[in-house]
Amino acid sequence: MIGTVFGWLTDGTNWTGGDGLLRRILEHLRYTVIAVLGAAVVAVPLGLAVGHTGRGGTVAVGVANAMRALPTLGVITLLSLTLGILKTGPVLLGLGILAVPPILAGAYAGVQSVDRAVVDAAAGVGMTSWQRLWKVEVPLAMPLLLGGLRGAVLQVVATATVAAYVGLGGLGRPLLDGLRVTDYPRVAGAAIVVAVLAVLLDLALALVQRQVVPRGLRLARTSVGGAR
Amino acid sequence: MRQTLTTMVSVLAAGVLAVGIAGCGSDDPLAPAESSGTNGAGAPIIVGSADFTENVLLAEIYAGALRGAGAEVVVKPRVGTRETLVKGLQDKSLGVVPEYSGNLLAYLDKAATQAQPDEVYTALKDKMPDGLTVLEQSQAEDSDVLVVTQETATTHSLETLEDLGAKCGEFVLGAAGEWKDRWEAKIKELYGCTFKEIRTTDAGGPVTVEALKTGQVQVANLFTTASAIDANSFVQLRDTKRMYPAQNVVPFGRADVLNEAATDALNKVSDSLTTELLTGLVSRVEVDKENVADVAADFLRDAGIPAG
Amino acid sequence: MIEDLSRYLGNPRNVDAVLELLLVHVRLALLPLVLGLVVAVPVGWAAQRFRRVRGAVLGATNIVYTVPSLALFVILPSILGTKILDEINVVVALAVYTAALLVRPVVDALDALPGHVLAAATAMGFRPARRFLTVELPLAVPVLAAGVRVASVSNISLVSVGALIGVGGLGQLFTEGFQSAYDPPIIVGIVLTLALALVVDALLVGLRRVLTPWQAPARAGAGRGAA
Repeated sequence: MIGTVFGWLTDGTNWTGGDGLLRRILEHLRYTVIAVLGAAVVAVPLGLAVGHTGRGGTVAVGVANAMRALPTLGVITLLSLTLGILKTGPVLLGLGILAVPPILAGAYAGVQSVDRAVVDAAAGVGMTSWQRLWKVEVPLAMPLLLGGLRGAVLQVVATATVAAYVGLGGLGRPLLDGLRVTDYPRVAGAAIVVAVLAVLLDLALALVQRQVVPRGLRLARTSVGGAR
Repeated sequence: MRQTLTTMVSVLAAGVLAVGIAGCGSDDPLAPAESSGTNGAGAPIIVGSADFTENVLLAEIYAGALRGAGAEVVVKPRVGTRETLVKGLQDKSLGVVPEYSGNLLAYLDKAATQAQPDEVYTALKDKMPDGLTVLEQSQAEDSDVLVVTQETATTHSLETLEDLGAKCGEFVLGAAGEWKDRWEAKIKELYGCTFKEIRTTDAGGPVTVEALKTGQVQVANLFTTASAIDANSFVQLRDTKRMYPAQNVVPFGRADVLNEAATDALNKVSDSLTTELLTGLVSRVEVDKENVADVAADFLRDAGIPAG
Repeated sequence: MIEDLSRYLGNPRNVDAVLELLLVHVRLALLPLVLGLVVAVPVGWAAQRFRRVRGAVLGATNIVYTVPSLALFVILPSILGTKILDEINVVVALAVYTAALLVRPVVDALDALPGHVLAAATAMGFRPARRFLTVELPLAVPVLAAGVRVASVSNISLVSVGALIGVGGLGQLFTEGFQSAYDPPIIVGIVLTLALALVVDALLVGLRRVLTPWQAPARAGAGRGAA
């Protein structure tokens, strides 16, 4: 089995052409990036606002949990029937809904995790609420915020395979098509590509995290015993 | 603290027990299914179907008839394509499925050339894998058919697949994933047709219909009993050279499950079913959105077949 | 829309079918939860205890989660030698995901155990096994419970993907509705999935309260009396 899967993956014809893996990977990436960015545009400000003002936390958490429970296949099929089959809107919306909870949780938890003493000090130095948010809380919230983003990307990449069921592209296509003709090397090959894609995206985000997390925070983490 | 441990263990045990009991309501997934395959009388007959409405309907009709003959029946709808269904029959997950003579023969024997109903059936009986069998076939047929929109037909003067042959290079075909493997070579051979692109949509379902309507594909593979054809005034291209063989509805299943009573019941169904009736029934489910089992029950009642 | 819905739900055959799918769904989502937990606890314990294994284990659990569920459902019959339609494929796949999800909370929970409590237990003569079962695990419950809640919601959602391979509880309402271009089954499926997730979550919260009596509010007066 491993041999045939390897054979399928290394066969050049499977990578090129209209139904080739290259095209499917690009489609899959497109769905993922748009869905996660869209979700971030909504969830990050919301999470920051809730964390910063300290109000609306329970509502935000409640809504996020409810969204987590929505079955993506159900959402996508319903939206497809309502908004139009073969349109990418339903899939992007469905995947976006999937991405919002982890990003919201990350932003919210990130701001909440900032040491109150630091925020007080900032207020004491005379920073306005806005300045506190952007100069102190957001940078310090970065680790958890980016963590939420990474979690969202992971989930969306794995779930975007469902897009194929409603007739769209992405790596779900070789997965589902292979399944229909019981071509298991194709199914396994597609699954491996998805997993590798997820790992690569995660690594990329980890690098971003390294760049964006404030130096001070990184130092505090790595020093033995942390803050006294 | 000891109390907590005891509580934890008992809650866990209760949980597993509850979940297990809930499982006894329907078929228990962890029990060895039909271990005594020859003892068909005890174990329920599992009727499977492919992922399109007509096949689900046929499965329900078979199930109703089998119940009427005294068997216990479980229906597993939308299992997958022929490949999965055959695997299911072979590993005893399924007992019988509604099939189509021509396509089943093509699956079992890629080199088959028979096209007429009786010839196809005889060849089919010959090619049966070990332990599997087909019962009497019905005169009801549901074939694959390539359709185009009214507009395309008029613009390019298309009436038959021969007309299509020369122009295939301009068109994108929308069909189920399996279509390519099964027909790409044959359509080239018979009609000189090589499509610009073969796009996977679904098995004559809403994705294919939508793709054709919106022009994303210019030719689509549907099934002759589909209500979408009339509803959208699609033009069926006549298969003059009989690329698609006869597709008579026929029960395909395990010989050890299909005992005399079961065979009798299903033969009665095959006898009473006609293409016209089938198209009407499918329309009731696809267009009127009636419940599949209800429609199946109506058919059995009208045909005078005892149902369960 | 409402008209369609009431027509769909007005037919007892439909209601029966839906209820049966719900039952299957419950079974397929909850059994893996228990199995995954049972696997995650010893694995997490080992990862927390033996530093060298820790990195590898946590890395592996991350990778497991990147495998799309559909692929896992399909590949398992070949690996396990089970039948193609056997629900066990879904159960095992989801148990694997659950275990992968819960290993990290187990490690985190064990990491966070207050050293002085463990020391006190040892001083009182608790052997390691007894200490683990009666002190460490109970203290780990709150963190574990959070993980189990996330896993339960995830499982309940993932079970519906099984519909694409012919198994699947409420997921079949989605495929049926889509193929028939008919909304009501899909709506019913989504609502029931949500409701199920809510109910299971509430049950888990209740369970956590039962298992951690020392966390009861001070007003209840139970705090100081506990061992």
